[in-house]
Amino acid sequence: MKNKVNSFFVHLELVVMALLVLIPIVWIVLSAFNPGNGLATSSLVPKSLTLKNFSRLFTETNYRQWFMNSLTIAVLNTIFSVALVLVTAWIMSRFKFKGKKTSLMAILLLSMFPTFLSMTALYTLFLNFGLLDKPVALTIIYVAGAIPYNVWLVKGYLDGLPKEVDEAAYIDGCSYFMTFRKIILPLSKPIITYCAVSQFMMPWMDYILPNMLLSSDTSKTLAVGLYGLITGRENTNFTMFAAGAVIIAVPITILFIIFQKYLVQGIAAGANKG
Amino acid sequence: MKKKVSSVILSCIFWGSGQFFIAKKKIRGLLFFAAQVLLLAIELLSGYWFNWFAGEIAHFDIGTYGGYFTKGLWGLFTLGTTPGVGGDHSTLLLINGILTLMALLVFVGIYVWNIRDAYKLGRQLDETGTIAAVPSRIKRRKAFPYLVLLPIGIIIALVVFMPIVFSVLTAFTNYDANHMPPGQLVSWVGLKNFFKLFNVPIWSQTFFGVLIWTVVWAVCATFSTYFLGLFQALILNSRHVKHRGIFQTIYILPWAIPGMITLLVFRNLLNGQFGPLNQFLMNIHLIKDRIPFLTDPTIAKVSVILVNLWMGFPQFMVMLLGVMSNQDASLYEAAEIDGANKMQVFSYIKLPLLTRATAPLIVMNFAANFNAFGAIYFLTNGGPTNPSYQFAGDTDILISWIYKLTLNQHMYSMAAVMNILIFAFIAAVSIWNFRRTNAFKEM
Repeated sequence: MKNKVNSFFVHLELVVMALLVLIPIVWIVLSAFNPGNGLATSSLVPKSLTLKNFSRLFTETNYRQWFMNSLTIAVLNTIFSVALVLVTAWIMSRFKFKGKKTSLMAILLLSMFPTFLSMTALYTLFLNFGLLDKPVALTIIYVAGAIPYNVWLVKGYLDGLPKEVDEAAYIDGCSYFMTFRKIILPLSKPIITYCAVSQFMMPWMDYILPNMLLSSDTSKTLAVGLYGLITGRENTNFTMFAAGAVIIAVPITILFIIFQKYLVQGIAAGANKG
Repeated sequence: MKKKVSSVILSCIFWGSGQFFIAKKKIRGLLFFAAQVLLLAIELLSGYWFNWFAGEIAHFDIGTYGGYFTKGLWGLFTLGTTPGVGGDHSTLLLINGILTLMALLVFVGIYVWNIRDAYKLGRQLDETGTIAAVPSRIKRRKAFPYLVLLPIGIIIALVVFMPIVFSVLTAFTNYDANHMPPGQLVSWVGLKNFFKLFNVPIWSQTFFGVLIWTVVWAVCATFSTYFLGLFQALILNSRHVKHRGIFQTIYILPWAIPGMITLLVFRNLLNGQFGPLNQFLMNIHLIKDRIPFLTDPTIAKVSVILVNLWMGFPQFMVMLLGVMSNQDASLYEAAEIDGANKMQVFSYIKLPLLTRATAPLIVMNFAANFNAFGAIYFLTNGGPTNPSYQFAGDTDILISWIYKLTLNQHMYSMAAVMNILIFAFIAAVSIWNFRRTNAFKEM
């Protein structure tokens, strides 16, 4: 009897919690298919469903362009930051050289300074080199910004791999880069996955830097474009925003759930720094 | 004369000459000498020094006629002297000044290395009469890390380090809306901005008001998500639960959905005028007037913490579930055999173990919440505006206030002062956290 009562309350809590989580999500998804335009005119539960918001999104705004800008940045950022982080971490983990401790401490300090705090300097720097309003140029900031934190993370992971394996490879006549490619890369797949996925997901929703460095509507990224859709115009563009939000949130959410295991490991390792 | 002395003296004047003439290390000597030639060539060719030597310039002024390095340093120290359009651009001068200083430091480094190397070679000659040849394999092995890290180091120096230096230096200038290049000049003001922050009432009042709320926010945001995550993890782990996988997947959704989207959705959901939540509560006659979820100072503060709770609990829940599945159940059984009841087992054994396992994560989460720009800005824009504050709203935390000062008010110098303070705080917390970890002890 007591068991049944307990079981009932446990499940009651689980269901209530699930509803609290699901209601806002269901609401925004339904809003994307809602025939009304604004927050006030669109009913809470739509009476009919329509794809009008999606077609408006692609005809009346530069959504397609924003999406492509973000995608380009995300892909370039993933490739370059993962490559640079891995190589740096490998050197830091496997080689002894003068100044190693100093440089490790230096990048640790640098990783604590949020990129966002240096935005005025980055603006002036971009102005100086004529890079303003060029979405691809943002990649440089993302890649450089990703190095300090992730190098510590990956170095911690590589330190945990036995050094004997790569020494054996050297004795067998492998060059440095051959050992890196044949031994280190395959062994560090989990941490590479974490870096790649997190670096891919990050630029999609970064708002501050693109908002500051990109000004024309066609060079915007998705986050800036979406934010612009609703600020002050909740009542004319809300359902269109909902459609845009759903299009981008669905793939990112799926990506997250697929790679959940790696992301959890990566975050835990980050907190413990390896 | 001893060879180490003559070698050092030669290398002090002409870089690499000690290596070249005394130790007969021809290539090394030439390389050092090339660095010196490069330094002088850049300076002389980019300036008007030759014209000055020829007497063609009557009033020599470094700002106009200097070479790359002297001009850069001049810009860094003066931040420009000619106001007006077409005059000096102070912030560009500042950036160029920092770049020059960094380049000069590299050359100073090479110079010092050159002298030390000359001394070492000379001493070896004095003591043994010859210089031991180092096998090229070992040389390559030594040089390899530096060669690979060099380009990466340059990128970090330019894109990460340089902006930080710029940001720190801005705190000591009067860079604001009234001193905006091009057109107007920026100048150094020393510690004036720091005094302003602490002594001018409207600034200090805003700063401490916002700081207190930032700390309250960070503490509430961190612990509310931690405890809800813990509670939810314990419930999911209960032996009564059926379909655990389904529930767990549902609970992960708030973490998986991009944060910015969630915040913008809640901004609309809680909208005081048209928001569906108000509409719903009115329809079921629970309330008569709309609740200003995001526009009343107190209610808005509660709202941001609750929305953050919605977004943040899954992370801790998943982390704690992971820790729990790795724990040894025999520990709890032993306690129960010793006569502890369930409550005691939980509060004396389970909770301390879980907290210890997740402590670094809590600290990291706290530091992240301290700087959680999006959680505030996308939801309330920092509002409602507080009239007794300097350009800040009631829910503004330091970082969103800095953002407003920078983007809306163009008060770059005051924003930079706050940047320094935030950085000091975050660095202190993170280093304290880091010093207790294994990575630090092994280093």
